[in-house]
Amino acid sequence: MGYTATEKIVLDHADVDDVAPGDVVMLRCDLVLTNDISGPMAIKTLERMGVERVFDPTKVVVVPDHFVPAKDVRSAGLQRRLKDWCDAQGVVLYDQGRGGIEHAVLVEDGWVLPGTVIAGGDSHTCTHGALGAFGTGLGSIDIASCLAYGQFWQAVPGTIQVELSGRLGPFTSGKDVILAVIGEIGVAGGNDHVLEFVGEGAAALTIDERLAVANMAVEAGSENGLFPADQTTTAYLEGRGRAGWTPVASDGDAGVAHRLTVDLDRLAPLVAKPWSPGNIAPLADVVGTPVDQVYIGNCSNGTITDLRQAASMLAGRKVNSRTRAIVVPATQRIYAQALAEGLLDVFVEAGAMVSTPTCGACFGGSNGILAEDEVAVANTNRNFRGRMGAPTSGIYLANSYVAGAAAVAGEIVDPGSL
Amino acid sequence: MIVDARIVRIHGDDIDTDVLYPGPFLDIEDPELMKNHLFEGLDPALRDRLGGDTALVVDSNFGSGSSREHVPRAMKASGVKCVVARSFARIFYRNCINLGLLALALPEVSEAAEDDQTLSIDLERRIVTLDGVVTPLRGLHPFIVEAVAAGGFVEWSRAHPPARIAR
Repeated sequence: MGYTATEKIVLDHADVDDVAPGDVVMLRCDLVLTNDISGPMAIKTLERMGVERVFDPTKVVVVPDHFVPAKDVRSAGLQRRLKDWCDAQGVVLYDQGRGGIEHAVLVEDGWVLPGTVIAGGDSHTCTHGALGAFGTGLGSIDIASCLAYGQFWQAVPGTIQVELSGRLGPFTSGKDVILAVIGEIGVAGGNDHVLEFVGEGAAALTIDERLAVANMAVEAGSENGLFPADQTTTAYLEGRGRAGWTPVASDGDAGVAHRLTVDLDRLAPLVAKPWSPGNIAPLADVVGTPVDQVYIGNCSNGTITDLRQAASMLAGRKVNSRTRAIVVPATQRIYAQALAEGLLDVFVEAGAMVSTPTCGACFGGSNGILAEDEVAVANTNRNFRGRMGAPTSGIYLANSYVAGAAAVAGEIVDPGSL
Repeated sequence: MIVDARIVRIHGDDIDTDVLYPGPFLDIEDPELMKNHLFEGLDPALRDRLGGDTALVVDSNFGSGSSREHVPRAMKASGVKCVVARSFARIFYRNCINLGLLALALPEVSEAAEDDQTLSIDLERRIVTLDGVVTPLRGLHPFIVEAVAAGGFVEWSRAHPPARIAR
């Protein structure tokens, strides 16, 4: 029997001759990523380990993005210590105002390569599967292990293969693809597995769309959301990738645990209702829901594609007086591009707030916290109870067209009806 | 490693790390202070029921969502000696093991357990005992047992340089 793409990546990064789901191995990482939350905790663990230097400073990338810009003295202290540590260790730091949201920065700056292992102190490290990497989220002790030894323990995951057929229709995006998958398998349906996206529909998705899909693999419990590298990946990495790479794909006779199909031709916009990313409903079911806040942009959907989609809804229109809108380009580069394309003019003239890149309110940190009973439409990835603020507030996760249209209408509407 | 712990039973599938320990408190570094925010979005009164040696018994996909290590750190600081679930979300499970906090997926125990019962775990003999019923611990990878018995990944890695898992 052949191997899955993920098993091949494991074989290439562990001292084992064979591999099967459930095996526990020490997995070598090609890149270690951490931020202003997991980083300081990992550094303290490293000190407790008695390790003074990271295993390889060229393989460590640090991106403060969660409480950025600092919301108070305590979060500022974390960022200060992190920066000082980076300077002392000589690791790569995308300091505030130079990078953006960690996963988006890593991808756009060529760190993410097919077939590599990316260990990230953030659950959305699964995003990097969009480029064919095994990116996976880890805790701070794991990150300390990676910083010290360049490896972490990993139970080899099984593979759930998701065949995408057809093409995305109007006002649908990668967000709807992953919401459809989570709706199908549930928030625990991907536990101990990776999601691997294949088929002509997957091949037709752009990198930005793949990023949106892969980002929420963890919302199904999956360790990674893998798009085996293809021509789109190659084109994206041309002049961008920081090293050579070889594509990795599953063998035809690989052991796949489960297969499912999503027909993109039949896919209409979906939402995840409060308070679970698995609480999926057709957009039509929630039309008319009043909206207090629209939040556009995080590690899943703060891409230039998303900003264009949202701007297409807001152009020449105003944010409804009932609603406030916050737009967060995922990186400085995307911010600059949105500026050059006139998208930021659209947002500002519509009455939306444009923020510097930050995880911000997506995880309830700062920059757009919800009051009691408030309702948000967000193109982010989690809508757990209290995620963006008060425990009684609610978030509808949706694509960027739907979010932009809700800002204009002050309620959830079909973007095609504007 | 032998644990005798008093059960606190928390019901509900897919309990996420945001309700277990909300985002605004992620800049706290001292586990003694993290304790004050454990279960904040779920039921803060649960905090008062921890203490002494506690076994949290929970349902499916416990700890889904974020990689925040604050959750098991706060649990450990609060006297939680083990977490028994029908099933765990991956990163929460990893974080428990890495901290030396025993996490066991035991559907039958999750099903049977009630508040204030005593759960006995004997890691060496690979059994748990609840109300006279003995359940074998099957399928536990030796690495997991070693890491927990050592007190966590940091301690395990000291004994296994450079962090090598036996085949």
